[in-house]
Amino acid sequence: MSAGVTDLFGSKTFAHGIHPPDSKDDTRGLPIQQFQFAPLLVVPLSQHIGKPALPIVGEGAEVTRGQCIAEADGFMSVPIHAPATGLIRRIALSPAINGKMEPAFFLEPFPASTQEVIEGTPCDIDSASPETIIAAVQQTGVVGLGGAGFPTHAKLKIPDGKFIDTLLINGAECEPYLTTDHRVMLEHADDVMKGIPYLMRATGATQTVIAVESNKVDAADRLRAAVPIGAPITVEVLPVKYPQGAEKMLTAAVLGREVPSGGLPLDVHVVCVNVGTTAELGKLLPHAMGLHERIITVGGPAVKKKGNYRIPIGTTLRFILDAVGTEDDLSTVIMGGPMMGNAASSLDIPITKGTAGVIAYSQRDTGKMISRKEYPCIRCAYCVDACPLFLNPSQLGLLASQNKHDAMVEEFNLMDCFECGCCTFVCPSHIPLVQKFRIAKRAIRKAKANE
Amino acid sequence: MKQGLKTLTIRSSPHIGAVSSVDTIMFNVVLAMLPVCLFSIYAFGLSAVLVLITAVVSCVLTEHLLCRINGIPTTVGDWSAAITGILLGLTLPPGLPLWMVAAGGVIGIGGSKFLFGGLGCNAFNPALIGRAVLQAAFPAAMTSWMRQTQGRFQSLPSSTLTVPFTKPVYVDGVSAATPLSAWKFEEKATSTPDLLMGLTTGSTGETCAILIIIGGVYLVARKMMSWQIPVSILGTVAIFCTILHLIDPSRYAGPMFHMFSGGLMLGAVFMATDMVGSPITHRGCVVYGVLIGFLTVLIRVWGGMPDGVMYAILIGNAASPHIDHWIQPKVYGSAVKGVPS
Repeated sequence: MSAGVTDLFGSKTFAHGIHPPDSKDDTRGLPIQQFQFAPLLVVPLSQHIGKPALPIVGEGAEVTRGQCIAEADGFMSVPIHAPATGLIRRIALSPAINGKMEPAFFLEPFPASTQEVIEGTPCDIDSASPETIIAAVQQTGVVGLGGAGFPTHAKLKIPDGKFIDTLLINGAECEPYLTTDHRVMLEHADDVMKGIPYLMRATGATQTVIAVESNKVDAADRLRAAVPIGAPITVEVLPVKYPQGAEKMLTAAVLGREVPSGGLPLDVHVVCVNVGTTAELGKLLPHAMGLHERIITVGGPAVKKKGNYRIPIGTTLRFILDAVGTEDDLSTVIMGGPMMGNAASSLDIPITKGTAGVIAYSQRDTGKMISRKEYPCIRCAYCVDACPLFLNPSQLGLLASQNKHDAMVEEFNLMDCFECGCCTFVCPSHIPLVQKFRIAKRAIRKAKANE
Repeated sequence: MKQGLKTLTIRSSPHIGAVSSVDTIMFNVVLAMLPVCLFSIYAFGLSAVLVLITAVVSCVLTEHLLCRINGIPTTVGDWSAAITGILLGLTLPPGLPLWMVAAGGVIGIGGSKFLFGGLGCNAFNPALIGRAVLQAAFPAAMTSWMRQTQGRFQSLPSSTLTVPFTKPVYVDGVSAATPLSAWKFEEKATSTPDLLMGLTTGSTGETCAILIIIGGVYLVARKMMSWQIPVSILGTVAIFCTILHLIDPSRYAGPMFHMFSGGLMLGAVFMATDMVGSPITHRGCVVYGVLIGFLTVLIRVWGGMPDGVMYAILIGNAASPHIDHWIQPKVYGSAVKGVPS
C-alpha cells in the first residue's frame, strides 16, 4: 500500500504527501545567469556530510579558479576548489548555516583576472574501471547538489554482495520556489546525458530513469530529445507532489520498490542521483575540473530581481541579496527550499555546494507564520494522511511532549522520519510536529553517543 | 544591506504552512449543520428555535465561564462549544423544557469536555453525554415527541417554559410516537419518502435525512470529515437489517426504514465523525463504523429502547483508543515489496 501507487489520472507517484503551492512561476522561465564575483569569498572546509577537507594552501597563497585548495580527508570527504583566481587572505572561522562557527578560506578575487578555470587530466570513460570513475568523481568535489550534501562518489561505491540495476536521476524538484533543476534540464540536457554514462559505469546500472514532475513537462521533452539513440535512458513524468524528490519516495513512485526501514535505495538495487549533480558531473568530468560554482534560485516574496544564478561557492548571503535587491522589511532568509531549508542566523553565511536556493521573506510573511495560534491536537489525522512514510505524527507528537523517547523509537518508528515537514505543514492545530521530532532525534542520538 | 534590517527571524523548517486551522474546520462544521437547523425550525417552529438557542448558549457560556474561573484564555473562539450546543439541540425533543436543555449543555461541556482537559481531550462526544444524562434523568420528558402542528410559529408547547426543577405538563394530542417507537411498540411503518423529507415526529434535527446527507457531503468535499465512518455505519445497518428483514419481514423493518429513521443519519454524519472521539487511521474508522452500526441495530431490534444510536456511538468512542492501539499505519519499508532478486 505504501509503495508506488497510481493516481487518479493514471500517473505513477508515491502514497500520501502534500501539495504546497509550488511558487515557481516567478523564476521558472528565467534563464541561468552568471553572477558577479564578490570582493571577498568565504569558502568553508566542510560543505558536505563527512570529514572536513584538509587545506593544502596557506594564508597569502595565490590560487587559480578551479584549483584544489583543500583535499579530501579519507573516503567520506571531498576536496574543495578555489571559486575564483585570487589571494587567500586568511583561514579563519566563519558563521555556518547550522549555527556554528566553522573554518573557511577567505579568498579575495583579483579584479583584473580573466577567471579562466583550471583543467586536469580526464579519465577515459570507455576504459576506466568503476574505481577509477569513483576516484575521479571524488576529485571533482561534487556532493548532492539537491541540498543533502552527501558526497556523490560515496553513493556510487556499491558494497560487496549488493548490485544495482537502475540509476534514478532525480529531477522532481518538489520544493516550492526552487527552479534550478528545471533550468538545468532545459539548458544543460546535454550535460545530463554526458554525466549519466559515468554514473552507470560506476554503479553497474543497466538502465536509467529520469524522473520529472509534471510542472516541468518542457524539461522532460527537452531531455527526451537529448537521449542518445539506443541509450537505455527513459524519462518519466510524475504528478506534482511533495516530497517526491526524497529518494525513498522517488524509488517507490518510479519503480514501485519500497526501501527497507533503515536502509538505502541500493538495498533495492537503485542509486538515486540529483539531476543537477548529474549535469555538473557531465560538465566537470570530461575536463577533470573541480566544483567551484553552482546554480541557485534566488527568490521569495522579499527578493526584487528574482532569478536562477550561477554563483561562485563562498559568496555571502549579504552580497547576493544586495545585488538582487530586497524589500525594506526583509526578515527571514532561507538556504534551500521553504519546506526543508534552514533559516540563516547571519547574512555573513556563504552559500556552499549544497545550497539550491536562497529564499527571502519579508516581515509580513514571517509574521503570518509566527503569529499562528497553537491549538490542542484534535486527532483530525491530517498528519497521518500526509506522512509519506506512514508514521503516526499525531501520536509521536503526543509522546514527544511527554518526553517518551523510547516509545517514539520502538513503537512508532521515529528514526525513519526524514523530517520532510508534511505533518507540520498540514496540522490545523499548528503544532510544530517535525520540530519536536528533530529535538527528540537529537536527544536520542546524544544519549546513544554517551552510552 | 538595508538600514532597516536589525534582526533576522529564524525558525525551524517548514517555513510555510497550509491555511486550514482548527477554527476554520469547526466553523465549516457549523455551516454544514445550518440547513438542518433551519429545517428543524421550519418543522417544529418556535420551540425548536428556543431549544437550539438555549443549547448553544448554555454550552458556549459554560465553556467561557469555566475558562474564566480557571484563569485561562477563553476557548469559545474555536467554535467547538458551539458545535456541541447545536448537536445537543438537534438531538433533543422539540418540546423539552428549556431548563433541561440548559442542564444538558452544562453537563456536556463541563462534565465530559472541560473536566477531561478541554478540546482534544474529551473521550466521549460532549453533546451525546449531555443527552445521555438527560435521558437517564428525565426519561418521560425525553420521550415526549411533539407533532409538527399548524400553530407552531404562533405559540409554544406547554412544556417548553416549565419552571426549573418542576415536571412539565403536556397537553393531550400534541405528542405522538416517532417512526421508530411506532414500529417497535405499535408495529406501524412510516414511508421512506416521509423519512427522507423529514415529515415525521422526532428530535429537533433528526427528521430530515436529505439535509443531513448534504451537510456531510459538503464536509467530505472540504476534507473536513472522514467519509469512511458514516459509510461504514450506514452500510453495516443496511446489510444487517436486510438480512433480518429477509428472515421475517413482519418482525424486522427493512433497511431503508432503519437507515433514515431516528437519530441514525444525524449520529452517523455529525456525531460519530467527531475527530477527537474516532480512530486516527482509515482502517480504524471502518472498524469503528461497523461497530457502531452493529450496536445500533442490536439496541433497536432487541433492546428496550426504540433508538440506540446514542449509546452505540458512546461505546464506539470508548472503543476508539483501543482500535487505534491495534490498527496503526503500516510504516513504509517495514515489509519489503517489489524487489527484484
